[in-house]
Formats: sequence, C-alpha cells, structure tokens
Amino acid sequence: MTAIAKTEAKADHLTELENQSVYILREAFNKFEKLAMLWSIGKDSTVLLWLARKAFFGHVPFPLVHVDTTYKLPTMIEYRDRLVKEWNLQLVVGKNEAVLKAGDTYPNGRATRVECCGTLKKDGLKQVLEAKGYTGVIVGVRRDEEPTRAKERYFSPRDKNMEWNVTDQPPEFWDQFKTDYDPGTHIRVHPLLHWTELNVWEYIHRENIPVIDLYFSKNGKRYRSLGCAPCTFPIDSTAATVPEIIEELKRTRTSERSGRAQDKESEDAFEKLRRDGYM
Amino acid sequence: MSATLTEAKPQNAEKKAKQVPQTTEQLKLVIVGHVDHGKSTFIGRLFYDTHSLPEGKYDQLVESCRRRGVPFEFANLMDSLQAERDQNITIDTAQIWFNTAHRQYVIIDAPGHKEFLKNMITGAASAHAALLLIDANEGVQEQSRRHGYMLHLLGIKQIIVLVNKMDLKGYDEKVFRDIEKEYRAFLKQFGLEPRTFIPISAREGDNVAALSPRMPWYQGRAVFESIDDFEPAKRSDDLPLRFPLQDIYRFDHRRILAGRIVSGTIKVGDKLIFAPGHKMSVIKSIERWSPAVAGPKEAKAGESVGITLTEQIFVERGQVAFHESDPLIRKRQFRARLFWMGRLPLRLKKKYKIKLTTQEVECEIKSIDKIIDASTLGEVAEKRDYLLKNDVAELTIQTRYPLVFDNIDRIVETGRFVIVDDREVSGGGIISGEEYPAKQKTHVSDNISWSKAEITYNDRAVRNRHTGAVIWLTGLSGAGKSAIAHELEKELFGLGMQCYNLDGDNLRFGLNSDLGFSPEDRSENIRRAAEVARLLADAGQIVITSFISPYRADRTRVREIMKENDVRFFEVFVSCPIQICEERDPKGLYKKVRAGEITEFTGISAPYEAPETPEVTVHTDKQSLLEGVAQVLESILPEIQVKAEGAESFEI
Repeated sequence: MTAIAKTEAKADHLTELENQSVYILREAFNKFEKLAMLWSIGKDSTVLLWLARKAFFGHVPFPLVHVDTTYKLPTMIEYRDRLVKEWNLQLVVGKNEAVLKAGDTYPNGRATRVECCGTLKKDGLKQVLEAKGYTGVIVGVRRDEEPTRAKERYFSPRDKNMEWNVTDQPPEFWDQFKTDYDPGTHIRVHPLLHWTELNVWEYIHRENIPVIDLYFSKNGKRYRSLGCAPCTFPIDSTAATVPEIIEELKRTRTSERSGRAQDKESEDAFEKLRRDGYM
Repeated sequence: MSATLTEAKPQNAEKKAKQVPQTTEQLKLVIVGHVDHGKSTFIGRLFYDTHSLPEGKYDQLVESCRRRGVPFEFANLMDSLQAERDQNITIDTAQIWFNTAHRQYVIIDAPGHKEFLKNMITGAASAHAALLLIDANEGVQEQSRRHGYMLHLLGIKQIIVLVNKMDLKGYDEKVFRDIEKEYRAFLKQFGLEPRTFIPISAREGDNVAALSPRMPWYQGRAVFESIDDFEPAKRSDDLPLRFPLQDIYRFDHRRILAGRIVSGTIKVGDKLIFAPGHKMSVIKSIERWSPAVAGPKEAKAGESVGITLTEQIFVERGQVAFHESDPLIRKRQFRARLFWMGRLPLRLKKKYKIKLTTQEVECEIKSIDKIIDASTLGEVAEKRDYLLKNDVAELTIQTRYPLVFDNIDRIVETGRFVIVDDREVSGGGIISGEEYPAKQKTHVSDNISWSKAEITYNDRAVRNRHTGAVIWLTGLSGAGKSAIAHELEKELFGLGMQCYNLDGDNLRFGLNSDLGFSPEDRSENIRRAAEVARLLADAGQIVITSFISPYRADRTRVREIMKENDVRFFEVFVSCPIQICEERDPKGLYKKVRAGEITEFTGISAPYEAPETPEVTVHTDKQSLLEGVAQVLESILPEIQVKAEGAESFEI
C-alpha cells in the first residue's frame, strides 16, 4: 500500500534519531583517548559508520575494528575493502589466530556454535582490545534486536574481563553518560541503541547508504541479519529493494535474529555470550 | 493539538492484523504507580488489544492456564512471554513496542530489582510521556505520590492518570471523582497538570482500546485515543539560544565548533557570545555533513551541528553560546533541588563533579537546606547534614569555577545537572529561582577559599588541574609577542589557571641589572630568564615569556634546561615580515635604528634565526590577536591539562 514517500514527519523522526546518535558519537570521541568502532560490515554498523561521517564532517577520526572469523560470507570482505578505500578508513582486523590454527571451530566439527562464537568473535575481540588498549569501543547494537540488548545503556561499562554487570548498571538520563572509568576497564558506546530495525532501513533509504546486496531478495530468499556463513541463514522474502524491505518489516512478527543459529543453542545462549563480552 | 489527532479512530478489535502505523514516529511511554496498582496487567492488556503479540501466543497461554487449572491473568502475560525466552519475538521487560493506528510506542518499564530507582530514572527521564496508575480500590498511596513527584523532577510534563480496577468498585463514578480530586490537588502543589484522568479496568479492558458501556457517565476518551495526543520530544525553537559546545574539530581546513543546540535557533551572520568567558564572534557558516548538500543557513533546537566563526577566538568544550539579548545565569553558588541515588551518602564539604550540558566543574555541597518527603512534600523530621540513597532535598551548591545555567522553568536542558561521585553519576538536580544578570554582564567574584594543598609538584598539578609549563614566545621586535603574552595571560587566568607573564624589562631592572647588550650578556640574559621561568613552572605556574631571543643556540639551551628539569616547554614562533613590524614600530625602535641611534638591531643589522620546529607558529600579519591566542591555547591546553582524576586527594 503505502509508497515510501519521504514525508516530513518521517524525515523529522529520522533526523531526531540522527541528532541523538551524532551527539553520542561526539561525546565518545571527546571522552576516550583510545577509541575504536566495531564494524561487522552489516547494515547497522554501516549506518553507524555513516553517522560517524556525519558527526565528524566527512571524516572518521578513529580506527574501525573488524573481528574476522574467516567464516564470513565472502562478499562481505569485498564490500568491506571497497568502503575502506572509498571512505578513507583506518581498518584494524582482529583474528583469533591460535584457535583458527588449532582448527577448534564449529565448521570443523570441533566446537559447538556457541563455543565457536565465544572464541572466534568474543575472544577475538578481546585480543584486539587488549593489544590496542582501547578504552572506548563503539558498537552498533540496538535495543529492539533481542531481549538482552534491550537492557543496554548508551555508555555501558565492561570490567577487566570484558564482563557486563547487567543487574547494576549506571543510571543514564538528561544526556549525561558514564564517561569516567576505572583503569583497565573499558566502556562500550551504543549510539544506535534507540533505533529499530525499521528505522535503520528508513535511514538507509533516506541517505542512500550503500549496503551489501546480501540483504536483497534473490530467488525468494534474503539475509535479514549477517554473520558467519555456516550459522547464518536467509529468510523467505521477496523484498529486493530498500522500500520493499521497509514494507516487509512493517508487517513482520518474527525477529531479526531468527536466521542466526547460535542464539538457539540454549535458552540463554545469547545472554551468556553478551554478559561475557560479546557484542 | 491538531484536529487530525483528535478525530476518533476506528477500533481495530475485529481485525487481527498487526497495526501498521501511519508514521514511524516513536513515542516513549513510561508506566508508573504504586506496587500492585495494575502496571503489569495494563501492559498485558495494551499488548493484547493492539495485536502486538506473536501469532497464536494468546490462545496458547489461555490454553496452558486452563490445563493447569489457573485463571488467565493479563498480568502474567508478559512474564510468561519473558520466561519462555521465545527467540522469535522481540519482547523484554525493559522495552516493549506496540503500535496504534497512529504511530509506534515504546513502553519503558522499570524492572523491579534492587537498583529500581536508577532504572526507573533512566527509563522515565527518556520518556516523552507517562501513564500513572492508581488502584480505585486502594486510592492514592505513598508511591502514587512519590512517582508523581519524581516525574516532575525528571521534567515529564505529559501525564495521564489511569484510575484502574474500576470493576472492583462497581464502576462507581464517585470513587473515580474522589481520587481525581485528591491526586489533582497533590500534583498541583508542584505545578503539574495532568492531561486527563481516565477510569479503566485493565483486566476487563474497559476504556482501554475503546469506551466501555459500563461507565456511561465518563464523557472522555479511551486510553488509546488519549495517548495519541501525546507529543514527541518538543524542541524549543522559540526560546533563547543555548548552544553548548561539545568539541572543537580541525579535521581539515575548517575549525568547526560542534554541539547540539538545546534551544533557540542560529543563523549565518549571528553574533554569538560564549559563556562563561564572554568572548564574541560571528557565525561564518553552519556545517552539517552530507555528501551532496551545502551547509544550511540556519539550524534549530535539537540539531547536532557545527559552526565556523569569522574570527577564530578561543573557545572550548563546556562553553555555551547565546545571543547577546538573552544571557544565561553565571554563578559559583546556587540553590537546587536534588535526588540522590549514590552508593555512598552525599556529604558536605566533599568534592564532587557537576555536569551541566557539556560543562564539568568541581563542586561541593555548601548546605543541605531541606530534606523533602517525596510522598507528602513535607520536610522530613530528622535533621541530617547528609543525604541517603533515594532522598530528595533542597541544597546549596558551590562550584570551583563559574557555571552558566538557566532556571528550569525557562529552559529545561540548561536548568538541570547531574552529580558525579567517584566516577559514578549519583544524583540529579534542577535549578530554579536564581536571578538572571541585568543587561550588562557582571563578573561576580565571590571569594571562596580553597584549602592549601600538599606541596609536591604532582599535588600542585592535580589541584591546579594543569602542570607547570613555559610558553616561550620568540620573534622580531614588533611582531606582537607582548600583545600575545598579555592576552594569553588574561585567557589562562580567566580559565582559572596559574599563570605569570615574565617580563624581560622587569628582569633587566633587577636580577639582570648587571648585564648589558653584548652578545655574551644577551645570552646570559636569556639563560637567567630561562632559569627563573623554570623555577616558576616548577612551582606550578604557566610562565609566558616574550624575548626576541634571536639565536637558535640560545633557544636550544632554554629547551634543554626545561628538559633536564621535566618542565613542559612550548616554543611559539610569532612570525611577521619585518616590513610590517617596522610599520607597526610600537616602541619607536625601528625609527631609532634608521636614524642610526641603535646599532645591532635584530632583523636589520643583526640576524634573527627563525625556529625550525616550533611547537606553534602564529602569523600576526594574517591572523588577528585573538586568533593567534586561540591557536596557542588550542595547541597547549590539551598538553598541560590534568584530568579530574584524583580529585579526592585533597580536602578543604
């Protein structure tokens, strides 16, 4: 039914989201000497990257960390390297070399899906953070993605072991954030926290942001969320353009991560991963 | 309120499809009320009536209750969904989405564990509007009042009161009217006027999605229609301009002042004043990055923008830009109303950090004037000179440096602040009843004495918030060294820093009175000046010197003296072509040289060896005085400022 007309109300709503995210990015840049942004190559962190260019007037003044599991869908890496060149980005790639070398991964049949995420992604991230000594890490998670992320703060402290104390989080109000942190700890910064999946696509549409074409339907299937090839499955969909995705999302009742197999290993698999430092 | 919003909407009860709202505008709602007054039941009902449940979930829950022989309760709906941890739906107790035909809503719920207040505040403060539930059976209770008062402190103005469980009171109008009267009177004490009161039964669904035939005496609208009247974040374009600076960027040729306009509007060409320093400049451009679009000519409240100035004066994070006609209040002591949620009590004479917009200043509590019982608004009987978690009080705060702010009833965003205790945001406060400056700005210096610190170099640096340093200006006579030195001293002093302008002439009258102008004596003059500067820097001062110091070897020796003594050293080359210096000739020296009265004059008859790698170069032929000063400050301040770490290491 509804054409995706760029009505004023919609523009204002997205502009409001954008203004808040830009504010948060600038706070992070001001407050953390060693700041980096995680870039998963997916739509959210690419929108985040776009917002960083907005915040810093066409520049991205911090490195982008990509945790490479070596199992990512191959076109993701091509797309990554193209944007790095075109947008003049500093890229830092993290890999859990030890585990990859030993071959203890899910695709090799020597780890469960969750164990594999734990070593290749979570520990891989931990290794980069430690090696580079980042005190602030910008991550593109959103509250509506899944229940655990709904409990997040914009500025969320992690202890020395990257662990997250969900039940005792700092209060956050009036745009004042936790920017003072103990030595050895770091703060996760979540500028997209208040966006929904639908907002992300509306914004991609409005700003004409280049996203990877795995999101668009081919032969009745498309990826709604991107991860490693062995654990990410496309959903049934005919949405082949951004406006069609927007229309589809307005009507769906299934969740965004339904195509992500590691979440389903046990009831609280994802919550556990996150408490231990997963993004 | 626009007419389209108040038109009755078709009820969608018969349609089982998920609502597709007209806009993707999102309104954040917080639901508060006394324990057991029906919050969970209401949320369950809301979810059911807006068809926001996953396919078949409701029938499944009803069936499972039937099998277990327990009555189905809406209150359990959300719990069961949560307990099932169904990975296919997007539900959490922290944030719940639902749609009406008009738009999307987010319910921010406060999980009821031990850190309830911090979560409630985090949730409620970001809400656009609140629904407050009161049980018709129990009437107004302690938390009904406390929550109402907290909403007021948090600045939530759009409130609807739902008198719930009307079914238990036989849908009696008198019960509803009595509660309305009592609670309205309570809220009125602090000026809070609810939009409306609605009698409902969340369990039975009366007056929630649609008007109920069981309360024909109720002439208002149902909950769904009423909440569609709430407005999303209202931005105050028509209020005075408040533009707190977040940062200064120099990523390319532009020097951009970035920040979010909290109220008012800016236009290219506007004259801005930056508080608390009160420097003035004019907006040259407004910057908003977009690959294809040129910068806008104006920007409004709510926008995160950047500006460039026609004159590059020194500004920094924390300063607030305003238009001359509407200044902020600038004070070091003020009264505030504060809620405390710190792990430790709030104590007098302890050092805290106050954060107000992007300003961060050290402060202490001068006095606790009144501790308020948030449920009665009376004063608590017990006299205390500290605050405990969950206390609300009126108090007097004193800051180390002037703070600029507004009264909350004038501009909300600049009328409230948080208090940081040992790295944790531990309290929130609002300011009202302070006096605005008369048209002419007044720099009040209320003498507040801070205690003597320990006397190590580090302690000085911690107390001063900066290390000692030597800023060594070098350049031709007439290049502008003295003018820059003078202005730098003023700026640093204004920033509350320890600084001293070491004057060459003064040295020659005293310490160096035995020296003449031979090359050897000039060298010795510079050496002694460097030693004096070094001592002062060791005492914590930022020392500014302005000697021509034409010889590279002399300046290298100065640099070495500083290095040996761990003193921060900044060589500033004040560059200006000699022709221009001669035109300026502030001391009439060039004239004397041309008349043959002076020989061996630097730049004419004696060499000037320009620095090869100075820390800063200022071009006084191209930059204004204030621009030059701004450039020096921007390079040097980040190097010498000491973060507020270790604030607890000194006491009053």
